[in-house]
Amino acid sequence: MPTLAHYLLVSGGLFSIGLAGVLLRRNILIIFMGLELMLNAANLSLVAFSRFHPGHDGLPGYNAQVLVFFIITVAAAEVAVGLAIIVALFRAKQTTHVEDLDTLKF
Amino acid sequence: MSMLAAPWIILFTPLAAAAVILFVGRHSKPLSAGLAIASAAVGCVLSWWLFCQPDPAEPNQFPWIQIGTDLQIPIGVTVDHLSKVMLVVVTTIATLVFTYSLGYMKTEEGYWRYFAGLALFLFSMLGIVLADNFMMMFIFWELVGLSSYILIGHYFKRDAAADASKQAFIVNRVGDFGFLLGILFLWGATGTLMFGGLTSAGGIAHFATNPFYLTVACVLIFCGTVGKSAQMPLHVWLPNSMEGPTPVSSLLHAATMVAAGVYMLARIFPILEAAPNALDVIAWVGGITCFAAALMATQQDDIKRILAYSTISQLGYMVLGIASANSADVSMFHLFTHACFKCLLFLCAGSVIVGMHHEQNIWKMGALKNKMPFTFLAMVAGGLALSGCPFTSGYFSKDLIIAWAVVKHPFLGWLSVATAGLTAFYTFRLIFVVFLGKPRGDHAKHASESPMVMLVPLACLAIPALIAGFPFIEKIFFHTTDPEGVPALLHPVLYVLFFGGVALAWTLYAQAAKDPVSIPLFANRLYIDDFYNWMVKNIQGGGAEVLSWADRWIVDLLIVQVPSKITWAGGFVLRFLQIGNIQAYAFFFGAGVIGLLYLLIFR
Repeated sequence: MPTLAHYLLVSGGLFSIGLAGVLLRRNILIIFMGLELMLNAANLSLVAFSRFHPGHDGLPGYNAQVLVFFIITVAAAEVAVGLAIIVALFRAKQTTHVEDLDTLKF
Repeated sequence: MSMLAAPWIILFTPLAAAAVILFVGRHSKPLSAGLAIASAAVGCVLSWWLFCQPDPAEPNQFPWIQIGTDLQIPIGVTVDHLSKVMLVVVTTIATLVFTYSLGYMKTEEGYWRYFAGLALFLFSMLGIVLADNFMMMFIFWELVGLSSYILIGHYFKRDAAADASKQAFIVNRVGDFGFLLGILFLWGATGTLMFGGLTSAGGIAHFATNPFYLTVACVLIFCGTVGKSAQMPLHVWLPNSMEGPTPVSSLLHAATMVAAGVYMLARIFPILEAAPNALDVIAWVGGITCFAAALMATQQDDIKRILAYSTISQLGYMVLGIASANSADVSMFHLFTHACFKCLLFLCAGSVIVGMHHEQNIWKMGALKNKMPFTFLAMVAGGLALSGCPFTSGYFSKDLIIAWAVVKHPFLGWLSVATAGLTAFYTFRLIFVVFLGKPRGDHAKHASESPMVMLVPLACLAIPALIAGFPFIEKIFFHTTDPEGVPALLHPVLYVLFFGGVALAWTLYAQAAKDPVSIPLFANRLYIDDFYNWMVKNIQGGGAEVLSWADRWIVDLLIVQVPSKITWAGGFVLRFLQIGNIQAYAFFFGAGVIGLLYLLIFR
């Protein structure tokens, strides 16, 4: 029987993979996917908390679940905007490699 | 024409003329001159008409500023005997001077500007005359300062004229500061600015418990007169204002501007009477001014400057008269006769200057008697009146002031008696050097009489200059009384001094080729101008040095430069974090979040 700790371990692992992807990968699309992974790791831990901390009526806590829906919605909007930015960036620079996108410095 | 509308028309016609000249005058010389002269003539006719009417009983005003119930400033006109006489003097003199300007300014540049300035000047002066409260008077007081600035600086391309206009403005401002303080003092005690309320018995009763307060207020208000009427020690601007065109000097010295200070004292005479200590201050300032200015006049070489110092001296008489006599009419009487003969003298000087092709040094003139006979006669008439020749206008009015002064302030009175002798001396020194002797330069050899348009005003003024003092004329305008206890010696002494002064001038100057007397102290105007220059240069300049140092090293360096450099340096350090690598930013961000979490959880 998996306990809360198992879920949180998986969630933490997913978050770490996402963070590593954001920090280490050079392709902006992969970085973007890393971000999504971090969001979903957060979702997973929220759902796990909801499941293992039921309310007074014995039902899973709905606060966390509502928060998950929010995150999914915001993530969808973010994907739409982010991908559009990446497309625009590619059109301007002909690259998706973050090391080539370094003009914003002193 | 109603009695109520007439003063408003007199007041605003010159302003309207000035505005029209300002907008369209530059295209047409006759239009600008015509409008200015017409506005003065309208005022003149209406003033004489008003003079013949009885005083209106009801106040003639409308509300302007009302702040709560404490501060009420209406715009209104006073029509009483004092203002009616002054209106007549101002508008009549203005009409003659404006007409004379037609001839004098014929070939000068800035024709329309000049006439707009004259009309504005007239408007400002009429505002002072008609004002029925201190605030309105102060506004017009400043307008007079402004318009004199414009007119004295008419030849602004010449440095001397530009400096003189600035000096006139700034020196007047010194006096006006005291004037404004004095107005506020009076308002603070009585809660009213209306002349009617202030000079009534009820207004003066406010000060019954605190006479010192009233003395301070009156002395402060007198500061306004010291500035505007060129009393010592603020007299320096008046001789320098001679840089303006001569008709302006004439107007300024006869009817407008300098007369304003004396008129203001006459307007508040009942308050002054309640403050005997302030009257003593006023008497001393007036007496010393009258004597010192006469001394300075004896050694000047510029025809207009001699007259300017004589104006200061005569204004000293008027101020002394205010402080000595039992009624302001004594000084107003002298103001009236002085307006006639001083205006005449300046217009004569202008005529001489035009004849001499704008040469003003009397030692380059000479023997103009035959070249300019009419000007000569007019100048002699003015000179006789100025020096108090028996049975001319100056004789009656000046001797009256001297008699009052001798009774009330014996020392100052005898000082003013001595001044009378000096007046005769310097006036006839001027006349003898300019009109007698031999020509001392080419201009003097080829001088010619001025045109009719300039001579007619001379004639119009020469007659009142001679006869305006006779009792039958005086009774029309003034109600003066002779003081009691005048020393029997006084009048003989004055006769002797007059003839002695003329005789001395004759002996020394009738045939002199150059000035036989040289008194540097008087020629350099008692070094007062030099002292002011020294003061401005060293004291004010030294203060400016200190402030400049403080501005440069404290404000600019410590308050502005140092924080700016610190901010800049902080920015310079922080900009090394801006490396342009998105993943580095993400790393900083993550590190920051971890740092915050650490602080939140483990501290």
